[in-house]
Amino acid sequence: MSPTREDQHWMYRNMVTSRRFEEAIAKIYFEGKSPAFNMANGPIPGEMHLSDGQEPVAVGVCAHLTPEDVVTATHRPHHQAIAKGVDLVKMAAEIFGKATGLSGGRGGHMHIFDADVNFACSGIIAQGMGPAVGAALSRKMQGKSGVAVAFVGEGAVNQGGWHEAMNLAAVWNLPFICVIEDNAWGISVSKETSSAVANNTDRAAAYGIPGKRIEGNDPYAIHEAAGEAIARARAGNGPSLIEVETYRLAGHFMGDAEGYRPEGEKDALFKKDPIPKMRARMIGDGMASEEELDRIEAEATARVDAAIKFARESDDAAPEDALTRVFAA
Amino acid sequence: MTKSNERKLTIARAMAEATAQEMRIDPKVFVMGEDIGPLGGVYGNTRGLIEEFGAERIRDTPISETAFIGAAVGAAQDGMRPVVELMFVDFFGVCFDAIYNLMAKNTYFSGGKFKVPMVLMTSTGGGYSDGGQHSQCLYGTFAHLPGMKVVAPSNAYDAKGLMTAAMRDDSPVVYMYHKGLQGMGWLGTEAGATVHVPEESYTLEIGKAKVVREGKDVSIVSVGMGVHNALKAAKTLEAQGVSAEVVDLVSLVPLDRETIRASVAKTGRLIVVDEDYMSYGLSGEIVASVTEHDISVLKSAPKRVAFPDVPIPFARVMEQYCLPNPDKIVAAWDEMKAA
Ligand SMILES: Cc1ncc(C[n+]2csc(CCOP(=O)(O)OP(=O)(O)O)c2C)c(N)n1
Ligand SMILES: [Mg+2]
Repeated sequence: MSPTREDQHWMYRNMVTSRRFEEAIAKIYFEGKSPAFNMANGPIPGEMHLSDGQEPVAVGVCAHLTPEDVVTATHRPHHQAIAKGVDLVKMAAEIFGKATGLSGGRGGHMHIFDADVNFACSGIIAQGMGPAVGAALSRKMQGKSGVAVAFVGEGAVNQGGWHEAMNLAAVWNLPFICVIEDNAWGISVSKETSSAVANNTDRAAAYGIPGKRIEGNDPYAIHEAAGEAIARARAGNGPSLIEVETYRLAGHFMGDAEGYRPEGEKDALFKKDPIPKMRARMIGDGMASEEELDRIEAEATARVDAAIKFARESDDAAPEDALTRVFAA
Repeated sequence: MTKSNERKLTIARAMAEATAQEMRIDPKVFVMGEDIGPLGGVYGNTRGLIEEFGAERIRDTPISETAFIGAAVGAAQDGMRPVVELMFVDFFGVCFDAIYNLMAKNTYFSGGKFKVPMVLMTSTGGGYSDGGQHSQCLYGTFAHLPGMKVVAPSNAYDAKGLMTAAMRDDSPVVYMYHKGLQGMGWLGTEAGATVHVPEESYTLEIGKAKVVREGKDVSIVSVGMGVHNALKAAKTLEAQGVSAEVVDLVSLVPLDRETIRASVAKTGRLIVVDEDYMSYGLSGEIVASVTEHDISVLKSAPKRVAFPDVPIPFARVMEQYCLPNPDKIVAAWDEMKAA
């Protein structure tokens, strides 16, 4: 079933919010990091993994989720967090390391946790898998509704833990969905050189579960496939595997010179930017007017601006608070 | 000391040079790891190798640490001399069985009949706000488990000699390089790590500590980045009329307890600086090495400047609050004198 008009507006709004958020982060990230680029400096220190281009995956899947459903994310979590409804203001503050951040600055950009919407992260490849499977198990054991989705990159499927979790979800028939964001690269290593099969959903056969691959970073097709998989999980019919061809428009992390990309690859990807594409399609399909989409964009920009302003103006974390919250209070 | 006309290298380049020189003379040496091919390693320590040796001997791997580190064990037992990279030491969690149950034990289990001549290179350290899964040192974790040698250079000269020694060693060697010493501009490298490195191949004995600064009032013992903090603290102390000796452990396994004991026997005071977590680790081991041997040499209780027992926080102010630094070392001296 293709997304309703309302779904499409929601998806577009979240894609644009994510893009604006990352554009803002990207700009601020370089503050204090020139002339010599040193990751330790500036208002946003540390590694920064942007998800520009990968927004369709997050919105196509999360359109079917409610706050009670569980999502685990990766080192590249912003688009998923936004689509899952993570508090944007507190997430921005977290990325700035402020006291007002989601964890008060303890976690940072690779560790976005928002209990209100059941969102968690790990910067270790494929390690969102076990916790998502466990959340699905817990829902089943407690007789509670809700599904769990683990987002991973295509590089993550070569981790042993990925296979263990897939099998566990299948053998226990859990309400779990693994969504692979195939952006063709794991840092500088291509999918081709690292994976024995071109299509990771072939691996679904190993667990006796449905697997569906979506080409072209298409938010409509993602929405449809995710809808089926999530409905299946909600009905108690077990896990599914989805792989989406998507595009990493940025480097692996900020500061990545991307010398490993074949010439022209980036230009070709930018031409396929999913946001203008969706805008054009919505207008062409009569699903939105120019004015409506302009307004959505303006609202997204305003929301991001407010979040960034809050983050900038918030107080730094208190240094000695580093020693607190190690154990449950 | 490096003279102005001598060639200086970063640790990254020193490691790559040692590897290339060894690969030229020993066809059994090959390298595996993530992003170690065309990218030259996230920390630059395999740069230039794929151009010279090709993809057969310089192998970019899938993100499958259990598989390729396990594979290195098997290849080493079968006559090869693999060098493998675990990109961040923090990632040991997904592959530790291959490391401590196989790499470290197969020589013993076979009564010495299987040798496991491999090098496991891995990056350590924080200070640049990379959060709690990308900033740890874990020296104590690795050094605790028997069967693997562990080295951690503080400068490029030692880095090259240790790398060559590690590749020639018939036992597994864990080679822990600190990101902040690596010479990658984007990590804001400690200048003192980039020193003169001879062109020719040479080895540094694994298991030998170095007195990198002589003194008579207090011994500051450390490794890796901590050595640079210790040297800076020693300068501050010197201005106050205090003569600090600095011991660079260089190797954690085997641990050169003799050099530590001799230094403390001379100065009568001990401060251990460790970027790893405080408890159950390196700092406690150094203190025990002195006290269980001859507690009478100590004029005051030893002090530890180490990372508190909490996960490494992301926020800069929090992380810096936790990390050892020269001021904390000087403060440890002040407390020691006041006690
Ligand atoms: C177990 C583990 N090994 C290696 C890394 C280092 N690392 C971080 S991101 C990355 C590439 C991940 O590729 P992919 O899963 O495709 O995700 P993408 O970055 O493309 O979103 C690697 C190797 C890690 N974080 N965890
Ligand atoms: Mg990828």
